[in-house]
Amino acid sequence: MKRLEVLKTYKIYIGGKFPRTESGRYYTPLNKKGEQLASVSQSSRKDVRNAVVAARKAFGGWSERAAFNRGQILYRIAEILEGRKLQFIEELIFQGSSKSNAEKEVNVSIDRFIYYAGWCDKYSQILGSVNPVASSHFNFSVPEATGVVGVITDQTSSLIGLVSLVAPIIAGGNTCIVLASESKPLCAITFAEVLNSSDVPDGVVNILTGSQEEMIEPLTTHMDVNAMSYSGISKNFEKQLKESSALNLKRVSIYSKDWIKSDNQDLYMIADFQEIKTTWHPIENIGGSSSFY
Amino acid sequence: MKNDTTNIVLPDFSKSPRIDKVGVEEQVAKFQKRSVKAETKKQGLRMALNMIDLTTLEGKDTPGKVKQLCYKAQHVHDILPGLPKVAAVCVYPSMVGVSVKALAGSGVKVASVSTAFPSGQSPLSVKLMDTKFAVSEGADEIDMVISRGKFLSGEYNFVFDEIAVIKEACGEARLKVILETGELVTLDNVRRASDIAMYAGADFIKTSTGKIQPAATMQVTCVMLEAIRDFMDTTGIKVGMKPAGGISNSKLALHNLVMVNEVLGSEWLSNEWFRFGASSLANDVLMQIIKTETGVYQSSNYFSID
Repeated sequence: MKRLEVLKTYKIYIGGKFPRTESGRYYTPLNKKGEQLASVSQSSRKDVRNAVVAARKAFGGWSERAAFNRGQILYRIAEILEGRKLQFIEELIFQGSSKSNAEKEVNVSIDRFIYYAGWCDKYSQILGSVNPVASSHFNFSVPEATGVVGVITDQTSSLIGLVSLVAPIIAGGNTCIVLASESKPLCAITFAEVLNSSDVPDGVVNILTGSQEEMIEPLTTHMDVNAMSYSGISKNFEKQLKESSALNLKRVSIYSKDWIKSDNQDLYMIADFQEIKTTWHPIENIGGSSSFY
Repeated sequence: MKNDTTNIVLPDFSKSPRIDKVGVEEQVAKFQKRSVKAETKKQGLRMALNMIDLTTLEGKDTPGKVKQLCYKAQHVHDILPGLPKVAAVCVYPSMVGVSVKALAGSGVKVASVSTAFPSGQSPLSVKLMDTKFAVSEGADEIDMVISRGKFLSGEYNFVFDEIAVIKEACGEARLKVILETGELVTLDNVRRASDIAMYAGADFIKTSTGKIQPAATMQVTCVMLEAIRDFMDTTGIKVGMKPAGGISNSKLALHNLVMVNEVLGSEWLSNEWFRFGASSLANDVLMQIIKTETGVYQSSNYFSID
């Protein structure tokens, strides 16, 4: 007897759970051959709202984790990704990649996480400084996570576009809401499963599928989102992004890079989502000539 | 307006109606599915804001914190003009004096918890002193707790008498009776305690202290609202309702308003007869109100700390 294949329901990822979209809507993206990829959740503005609430809730814990531990967790993502390589390659091919491109995309994605995992406990030494001042104080500048970041990923890539934006954001202690590629959404949700089994705390990364055009408005106007990261070519999106981000002065970073190239990753993508805090600390020279003690 | 139950014939409280738990759950599920249209929601949110007893009941309360809370009660969010004030501020007896002074002339009432809140584990003389102190400091409303231990041991008369005595001590202040439903275990007990409280002279019945979980679930509130309705039918006396604890977002508040409207009717939809005991609800309601005005989801960063 021929076995009936069990197909996966591609649901969205909010707060460490895989709910269906609140709206109950679905869309069915097709690949180049006209085959149906899957029935994918078409998220609504309320899903965006819920995702922001989850990301905000996760922010305190994630940003306060020891930098070394964040590095361990990013490394763990890479490990789990490596173990599920074949599934990602299969999905990429189904969505229209050639075999060699698919393999390369997954390998670069894994390496990218390793790269940013290494930075976790090092970027603050490079981006921070001890500043010279004219009094008996230490004066430090240290980077701190910006907060909740909205991520609008590249339409043209299913995995590497998402990984390249998300990795530096979470490496820096931020949490995020990701609008996945609308036409190639499969890897985004499978990647959510990787996150879910990699010790990444619930709500640190939230992934929504559906119409980016529909979700960009509630996401970019949301007062509880502190920054936006965009990779893509739509000038309309860019304009809308900049305009609505002005509402609460969101940090906006727009990238147009070929993510598959292994050198399109750097420390400054972490710096894009850091705030620099400067603090003064008096130098108490105990027992010294100017000491009160 | 204060309730006078002195001439009412008392029923046998051991024969209070039994509650069908499954039925209550089904009923409550229906209240949560009502479609509330945009304009209704706008009005509902403002109404909810106006029904809040802004509460701080912590060991670490200071006159400074209470003054700040009283300021918030009168100026919930000045950026948006025309917002209603909250109904009352709810504090410990030692903070009543500060609150009365800070709220003078504002129309916002001062409610004080009393009778050895939250456990109620003190002799009656202490409870009376506690109540009289709050009243003499100028409290408009007294939130007393019942003796749950006595209630659970079946000493209904003890519970009844205690409420009646405290009621006397309240003088002009309205009396809210806290059942602490989280400790009463069953809905049957909630119904019985509600009946006892109302016949003993409660002006309001209130679910919880906010110190015990679960607090104001919709099931419990539903049972209490039905008790109020039956009491009204039998005696003609109107009693208010105050769910407290656990109602921290607008959606839940609106569900509660729907329930009040459908169980008791629109005469109960004012802060004279219905209150929310809450500390963090006000900010969420505000955020929703601003959302309906601007269309933009809000962040707690732009609202006062509560």
